[in-house]
Amino acid sequence: MEQTAYNFKEVMSKPERLAPGHRMCAGCGGTITVRTVLRALEEGDKAVIGNATGCLEVSSFMYPYTAYEDSYIHNAFENAGATLSGVETAYHVLKKKGKIKDNFKFITFGGDGGTYDIGFQSLSGAMERGHDMVYVCYDNGAYMNTGTQRSSATPQYADTTTTPAGKVSAGKVQIRKDLAAIIAEHHVPYVGQSTFTSNFKDLYTKAQKAIYTPGAAFLNVMSPCPRGWGYEPSEMMHICKMAMETCYWPLFEVVEGKWRLNYEPKNKMPIEEFLKPQRRFKHLFKKENEELIGKFQEEIDRRWEELRSKCN
Amino acid sequence: MANEKIYDRINEQSPWQDITEGNKIFEAATSRDFCTGEWRTATPVWDKDKCKQCLLCTPVCPDSSIPVTAGKREEFDYDHCKGCGICAKVCPFGAIGMREGK
Amino acid sequence: MAIRERLSGNEAVAFAIKQVNPDVMPAFPITPSTEIPQYVANYIANGEIDTEFIPVESEHSAMSATIGASAAGARAITATSSCGMALMWEELYVAASNRLPIVLALVNRALSGPININADHSDSMGARDTGWIQIYAESNQEVYDNFIQAFPIAEDKRVHLPVMICQDGFITSHGVENILLVEDDKVKSFVGEYEPEHYLLNPEEKMAIGPYAVSNYYMETKRAQRQAMIQAREVILETAARFEEMTGRKYGFFEAYCMEDAEYAVVIIGSAAGTCKAAIDEIRSTTGAKVGLIKIRVFRPFPEEEIAEALSGVKAAAILDRSEMFSATSGPLGAEVRAALYQAHSKVETVNYFYGLGGRDITVSDFKTVYGNLETIAQTHVVTGMYEYIGLRSEQSKED
Repeated sequence: MEQTAYNFKEVMSKPERLAPGHRMCAGCGGTITVRTVLRALEEGDKAVIGNATGCLEVSSFMYPYTAYEDSYIHNAFENAGATLSGVETAYHVLKKKGKIKDNFKFITFGGDGGTYDIGFQSLSGAMERGHDMVYVCYDNGAYMNTGTQRSSATPQYADTTTTPAGKVSAGKVQIRKDLAAIIAEHHVPYVGQSTFTSNFKDLYTKAQKAIYTPGAAFLNVMSPCPRGWGYEPSEMMHICKMAMETCYWPLFEVVEGKWRLNYEPKNKMPIEEFLKPQRRFKHLFKKENEELIGKFQEEIDRRWEELRSKCN
Repeated sequence: MANEKIYDRINEQSPWQDITEGNKIFEAATSRDFCTGEWRTATPVWDKDKCKQCLLCTPVCPDSSIPVTAGKREEFDYDHCKGCGICAKVCPFGAIGMREGK
Repeated sequence: MAIRERLSGNEAVAFAIKQVNPDVMPAFPITPSTEIPQYVANYIANGEIDTEFIPVESEHSAMSATIGASAAGARAITATSSCGMALMWEELYVAASNRLPIVLALVNRALSGPININADHSDSMGARDTGWIQIYAESNQEVYDNFIQAFPIAEDKRVHLPVMICQDGFITSHGVENILLVEDDKVKSFVGEYEPEHYLLNPEEKMAIGPYAVSNYYMETKRAQRQAMIQAREVILETAARFEEMTGRKYGFFEAYCMEDAEYAVVIIGSAAGTCKAAIDEIRSTTGAKVGLIKIRVFRPFPEEEIAEALSGVKAAAILDRSEMFSATSGPLGAEVRAALYQAHSKVETVNYFYGLGGRDITVSDFKTVYGNLETIAQTHVVTGMYEYIGLRSEQSKED
């Protein structure tokens, strides 16, 4: 598909495809992701939206209130990939049989619980089989729907309800799993990692590419959770900015196997700038934990360099 | 029909015979009929004079409550705005203030 | 004219699939049902059907994708056995509560552990409360006939429920028997074109499926679902009547064999009914004892009143379960049949035996013993052997 220049005002004027009235928390990052991705659909195109169980699902389709302007299917927690595989396959058969004429696109959303962890197998299967669909992970780095339990997307040292910081614990022991890279290794045509930039060009254009690249595509979108991370809801865009400026959350894409970095800060900021506003990292700023911030920084640096070398 | 709300047909007093088959809903965006504006403890106030229509406030709204028509934002959708205040923080022109309460 | 063939049960189901030509079949291989998706993949590879096969990475995904395809507006089927069905368990409930007319070919096999690949009913009996219609077969002919009838039952507006067509692993799935196949055009017109009213890909109407429903809706939803199961009873019988018109083969909720004058009855599900019939024929021609059989075809919805009525004239009945349920009192069929009799104020003596777990044989001689026990029970009114296994090796002194 031909990419036209990003015209912010035009994009913002496109019809809203996620209706208000859903029950997500005030200041939720998840629905910002959903709105932006769905806005990338072309106006004439129809879509079926899938959803793994999670905050988004229980809040955006509470009987009888659906927040979607498109058809929508939620099945269970661990099977958003497989469920949409079935929908997409049905589309091809019904189209082949002449029962459907319209163009449909298939986009499914899952949190990091439903994507990195319990739904990992189903996602991997759907990606490997190459269904023409987009799987979007709204990654808020823990199981937020059940009350902030750690996931494999949770950053090291984060204080979660299953990795609480305590007298002898400094939060989560393990480092984050790099899911975007794992999906890229499935050799799907498009993988993108993004979060919120001020004019949303990065996420919007990635969503556009993901939706309009034939075949399976994956988007990993850092979607902050004010409750789970412990910051003032109004601070969301600052948190996102710090995630990018510290290289905690690099913006990159993998197009037909080619890695490309989409943003490189002029002056990489120290990781404290990302950690400090968040309650989940509060314990790292105690005197006795000082070295842990250093270790956090080392891991950020190591992965940043690894990513840069892939992108060169 | 036009003004009919989903809860006029299906609500928590509906008998079992009125529950849609398999809990399916055969229309889009029925959530509009649910007013989350009730949740607000702080309310964004739009100062039209200061607003330069840069639209940076619109994509950051988690509740799709800053409608845009033909490149221009309109008044907040107070039926649904939950008052998170992200829009006020991103406005470069100080055109959105936060007021206590609904 | 019907087509005479010799097919295994798996081949018969695959042949029925070819005739029905469904839209989507996601499946994951598991013994002894593996052949079914293999045959379907071959039909597709040779351009014989339009079905799209999804080679999913697990049975959970098989049922998930089947649900997705069915919700999207496709006629969707899958096949599985044993642990595959156990892995689907969560999704079986979703399929039924979403009211999707999915058809599942289940080749019954014992559940782990220990791992065992042979027939018993622990898989489908474990799924008996998931909201699926369950139809069982004695022979390959019945599996084929049931599979074709599954579509009009599932897709009827009064029902809209998924249907599980069960057959005994290896015994019928791999055993080759003579079979009468219905002509393609007749099957096609019998099942009809699938035209759902509401579906995700309907360009005229948006649909949302799979909500979170709070307590104020959940119970009403379940009641509505139950209504579909109640209405399935008439639809199953109407479909059977239509099938009989087409083929001359008669089906109901169960088959009553030599029950007109029976004093001693066995109630059983599946292929072992054939062995039981052989025992009945032998007993009647030798001792003349009035023995009969109720072979359950439809287990869900459960034909409670009809079974109580069918057993109303007997002195004693043995209910034979091919799966444990570890209630320490009875098996699933035993519990259902005895509840039916109690509700009908029946005075019939009953005994509940277990047989055939993990593929253990049951013989004509075993059935003769069962009928002998029933005569004793009827005379003494003392029920011995309740909750015992038939054909179990046991050190008698330790057992007592």
